[in-house]
This record gives sequence, structure tokens and C-alpha cells, in this order.
Amino acid sequence: MFRLDNLVLEQEGFRLSADWQAEPGAKIAVIGPSGAGKSSLLAAIAGFYAPASGRIWLDGRDLTGLPPGERPLSILFQDQNLFPHLTLAQNLGLGIRPDLRLTPPDHVRVAEALERVGLSGFGARKPAQLSGGQASRAALARVLLRARPLLLLDEPFAALGPALKGEMLALLAEVAGETGATVLMVTHEPRDALDFAGQTVLVADGVAAAPVATGPLLADPPPALAAYLGFKT
Amino acid sequence: MVAAPLAAVAFRAGGVRLSTPDLAALRFTLLQAGLSALISVALAVPVAKALARRRFPLRGLLITLMGAPFLLPVIVAVIGLITVFGRSGWVNAGLATLGLPGFSIYGLHGVVIAHVFLNLPLAVRMILQAWVSVPSERFRLAASLGFRPRDIARHIERPMLASVLPGALATVFAICLTSFAVALTLGGGPRATTLELAIYQAIRFEFDLGDAAGLSLIQTGIGAFAALLAWRLASAPGFGAGLDRALPLPAPAGWRRLADAGWLLLAAAFLLLPLLALILRGLPGLAELPPSLWGASLRSVLVALISTLVTVAAGLTLALGVARSRSRRMELNAVLPLAVSGLVLGTGLFLIARPFASPGQLALPVTVLVNAVMALPFVYRLLITDARALEADYGRLAASLDLQGVARLRYLTLPRLARPLGFAAGVAAALSMGDLGVIALFASGQEATLPLLVQQLMGAYRTEAAAAAALVLITLSFGLFWIFDAGGRHVQAR
Repeated sequence: MFRLDNLVLEQEGFRLSADWQAEPGAKIAVIGPSGAGKSSLLAAIAGFYAPASGRIWLDGRDLTGLPPGERPLSILFQDQNLFPHLTLAQNLGLGIRPDLRLTPPDHVRVAEALERVGLSGFGARKPAQLSGGQASRAALARVLLRARPLLLLDEPFAALGPALKGEMLALLAEVAGETGATVLMVTHEPRDALDFAGQTVLVADGVAAAPVATGPLLADPPPALAAYLGFKT
Repeated sequence: MVAAPLAAVAFRAGGVRLSTPDLAALRFTLLQAGLSALISVALAVPVAKALARRRFPLRGLLITLMGAPFLLPVIVAVIGLITVFGRSGWVNAGLATLGLPGFSIYGLHGVVIAHVFLNLPLAVRMILQAWVSVPSERFRLAASLGFRPRDIARHIERPMLASVLPGALATVFAICLTSFAVALTLGGGPRATTLELAIYQAIRFEFDLGDAAGLSLIQTGIGAFAALLAWRLASAPGFGAGLDRALPLPAPAGWRRLADAGWLLLAAAFLLLPLLALILRGLPGLAELPPSLWGASLRSVLVALISTLVTVAAGLTLALGVARSRSRRMELNAVLPLAVSGLVLGTGLFLIARPFASPGQLALPVTVLVNAVMALPFVYRLLITDARALEADYGRLAASLDLQGVARLRYLTLPRLARPLGFAAGVAAALSMGDLGVIALFASGQEATLPLLVQQLMGAYRTEAAAAAALVLITLSFGLFWIFDAGGRHVQAR
């Protein structure tokens, strides 16, 4: 069970509060106007900046004070998800052991993860030799290897074309299904929310609202969401 | 590292009392630094202007050469200058054939000539940087309004110069203030002694530690003021990026073309002739090098390598720390050494360690430490931009993967910072290799480094051997620089 307990984020001229929980394995889209705090919410959950007050819980464990690397979660950013100077195998290996002291079985797992995302035989390549879609696949393969119970995505596929993005969302659903992870995905495309996520969190007017079913929310949006989507009310 | 020696110095001084020679040293220090700064910058303006608005073959090489004197061991520059301007040098030989009176390089004008030689290139690079950073749209607008060169000077160039000249003046002034090797070799005597030289003499010849400590305090006071002023006024000196854009305007023809060519030729001759003279003088001397050369070279290289290791490790730690925390206080740590002179630091360390060891035993360890501290600001400046970029690009990814400690250093920091690290290590090694400061204070014959050996040969009037040893020194310095720099570029991850 993932839970935000009276969480309050504060920065200069910015405030966001969240108080809700999500079922294990839930797939949740995070949607809202730019500047509302979607990325800040994810950054706080991942441990990149400390909330002003409140706690973050996962499966009965308090994550609030933990450094980012010790939190039981994986995060994918908009870009720079792979180190450009390391090979794909090394980039994936970091997901198993950050010091890269891999055992032979670890190497087998890396190869299997690459195969799982359709990149078998790409282990020796560097990210610059990959297309955008292939780089996204490689990052997802590392998520698979890490197998953490919470997965955060900050518009990781925003730079991909529509067809490729659909493919990635499908692969993401498979990866999340295999690891049983709870997924929070920031997106600005209502389409992505409908395709991928059963539930949606609306971030607007200083509040990250509790997740609700995506379909009904989009069909009958509250004023803030309607304004963002461009609906005339 | 900076504070402890200073405290030791302050404690020993116990009040500043200035004798008449001390006052004379203070006056001479300020006078020579002021003159050196004014002349360097005044000459740098037309040279930078010519470099900015002309394109010619070898222009890139000339700009690169302008970076070299920064790494050139001071003692080497001095020997080159003596060969050209000295009593039996080229200039005096020319004057003699014309039947004109001779000219002596020793004293105030010698010190100033050497400082201009060493700092003119730095001033040119700072001003050139400002010149080429004027947006080309500004020049295009000027052209469309029918500006003549005089109007451009008034509306574009003078405001630009007004913003960059104070920084350039303060930087050169601060450097000349703590200059030791030049004053040691070309100055001296009651009328041409700098504070640094007075400290050296007080310790070395009179063994008056109280006087030396008092002088050190004054030196640090003025030095700190000038260095902080320069740090505030000057932006990064710019080690040669982006100087190759297309010309915004066709350069004016006519007499201005001749004048520009004249300035460039003069500057190139002034900077290159002494080096050429050194090579011509030194090559025949290679045969009569004393056997102590090899020991001195080995000691110099070892000192350079150890102090490079120390200073690069410290600089990297500071740069990464500042990049992560944006702490201003940490940044101050990296800048602080600019405010003190190596000789003052050495005096302080000597005072601290004196109860435990003899000066001879201390000479090399203190030199290593002082060289490391003195190179730290440069190393930090060369690393901080890339360290910030590294943190911005990969800091979060590394944190989310729990990549830290040795693994982070090995798989992220070193591969991605190899190029600036190599360059910074090269600069640190060359600076340490060529340093003639603390070592002169403590070393007897047994611990001499290469620059000290050169100075001793000069003092013994073995000019050819001194020039030859200087050739060895310059080869080793630039060799070390090249190895580190090329190594970094080779390792740099793509």
C-alpha cells in the first residue's frame, strides 16, 4: 500500500498538498497544468527534495527521511535515463549492483532483461548508438531488473512519436505487471491516461487530488481539468 | 590549510613594526605592481583589438601561444629576457653598434619588463574574450547606421573596455604583488626589493623570524585585498573557447591595417624572441650541465606529481561539493589561496613544523603542500563548470540508482570529467614544476629542485649551463602538461 500522509511541498511561491493512498499494483496517471507541481510531487516521493511536512509510506515503511538510492522505487526521467559513457549492459547492471561487481548469474539476468524488451545482443552498445525508442526500452529493462514495488515515470516517452509511445506504454504495462509495482506516471496527454492508467490524480490549484477512475474523470472533468484540457464550459 | 600557517605567522609577528627598508620594500612592491599592471593592460588593448578584428594565418597559433606564459616557469622567462635585454644581450649589442649608451635589465625597469612579458598574454586573452563576446548584431547595427571606426570605438568598444579593464588591471596587479622569482633575479638591493624578497632575506640571511612574520602579515593584507578585488572584478580568464567565429564586419583598411599588423608583430616579437634566445643559448650549454641536474629534475617531477595529485583530489572534492550544495562558503575555500603568497604560506608551515624537523628535511614536503594549495583556485575554476553540468545532468539518476562512493567516482565522475581533470592536472603539474618560491627559502644543495638549480647556476654566472637547465625545465614542464592534458582527452568518455 502506497500512502501520502498529509504531505505538503513548499517552495518559493509554490505549495502543493496531497493526502491519499493507492492499492498495490495500481496504475495511476498524474495529470494537470504545467507548473502545478506534477514533477515536484514525483521528485518528493523519489527523495530529491524534502517535503515541508507530512509522510510518505510504502507497505508500512516510512520513506520520508530516506536518501533517494535507498527508497524501494525506480524512477524514469524525461531524458538522461542512461549514462552515455557506459554500455547498455553496464547501464542495466547498475540496476542490480551500483558498484557493478556482477556475478555470472547477474550477467545472465542482464542479458535476459535485454531480450525481454527486444534488445538482445545490444549489451555492448552505448546509448548514442540507439534510437529514442530503443533507449526507452533499455531504461524499462533496468526497471525490470530492479523490480521495486513502486515505479515513478516523469513523462519518459514525451519525445517519442505516437505509435512508438503506444508501444512503450504496452511494454510498460507488461513490466509493471511482472513486477507487481504500483505505477505513478506524469503525462500531459489525456490519451495516455486513458490507454494506460485505470486511475488518475489531478494536480491543480495547490492540491494533488486522490486518484479516481480515469474514464469518468475525463468524461466529466472538474473546472480546473476542463480548463487545462481546453473544454468550453 | 591556509588558515593554520597564517595564524602561526600572526602569532610569531606579535605586532607589526616597520623599519625604513621595510617601508621602502612596501613602496617598491606597490610601484612595480602598479606599473606592471598599467603597462601590460595598455599594451594588451591594441593587441587584443588587432586579434579580434583581423583574420590571418597562424592567428589561432598566436592565441594559443598567449596561453603558454601562464605555464612558463618564471625563471625560464627571466633567463630568456636576460639573453635579449641583458648586459651582453641582443638589445645592448644593437645599441652599442649604433653608438648609444647601454641599458641594464636589473632594477625597477627589469622587474617591470619581466612582469609585462609574463602578464601581457593574460591581459590580451581577458580583453580578447570581452571583445569577441560583444554580440555581432551590435556591430551589424553599427554598420547599418554608418558608424566609422571612431564611432564604433566610442559607442561599443569603450563601454566594453570599461567593463573588462578593471578586472584585468586588478588581476595583473595581484599577480605582480606576490611575484618572487622575478624580484629575486632582476631586483634586489635596497632600491628594488619587494615584500616577498624582504621576507626571504629576513629568513634566509638575517634569520629574523619576527621581522619576516610582520612583513608576511602586511603582504597578506595587501595581497588579500588585491586578490579579492580581482576575483570580484574579473570573470573567468577563459582558456580559449569560441574565439573563432566569423568576423561581424570587414576590418578597416588603410593605416589601421598597418597599425594592427605592427602591434601583432611587436607583441609576437616581444613574447617569442626571449624564448628563441633561450633555445639558442641553451643548446650549446647542454654539454656542460652539472651532474646535479638529474637529481634536481627527479625531485622536481616527484614534487610536481605529488602536489598535482593532492590539489586535483582537493579541487575535485570542492567542485563536486559546491556543485551539489551551491554553498558559497565552500567556494570561498577554493578561492582563499589566491589571497596569500606561497612564500607566506611556506613561512607559516615552517614556523609550525620547526620544533619537529630541520629546514632541510622540511623543504620538499612544504614545497609539495604549498604548490598544491597555490594551484587549488585554478584547478577549482577549471573543474567547476563541468562539475555543475555533471550534477545537473546525472545527479538525480545516480542518486536514484544509489550510485555513490568509489563506484560513483569510477563509473560516473572520472569518465565524464576526464578531459577537464586532465587539463587541470596538467596546469597544476606545470605550475608546481616551475615554481621557485618556498624551495628557495629552505633548500640547501641537497634538496634543490630544477628551478632552484637554474637560479643557482645563474647566480654563479654559469649562463650557458643555466640556459641549458632552463631548457630541460621547460621541456619537462610542458611535457608533464601535455601528458596529463592528452591523457584526459584520450580517456574522456563520449
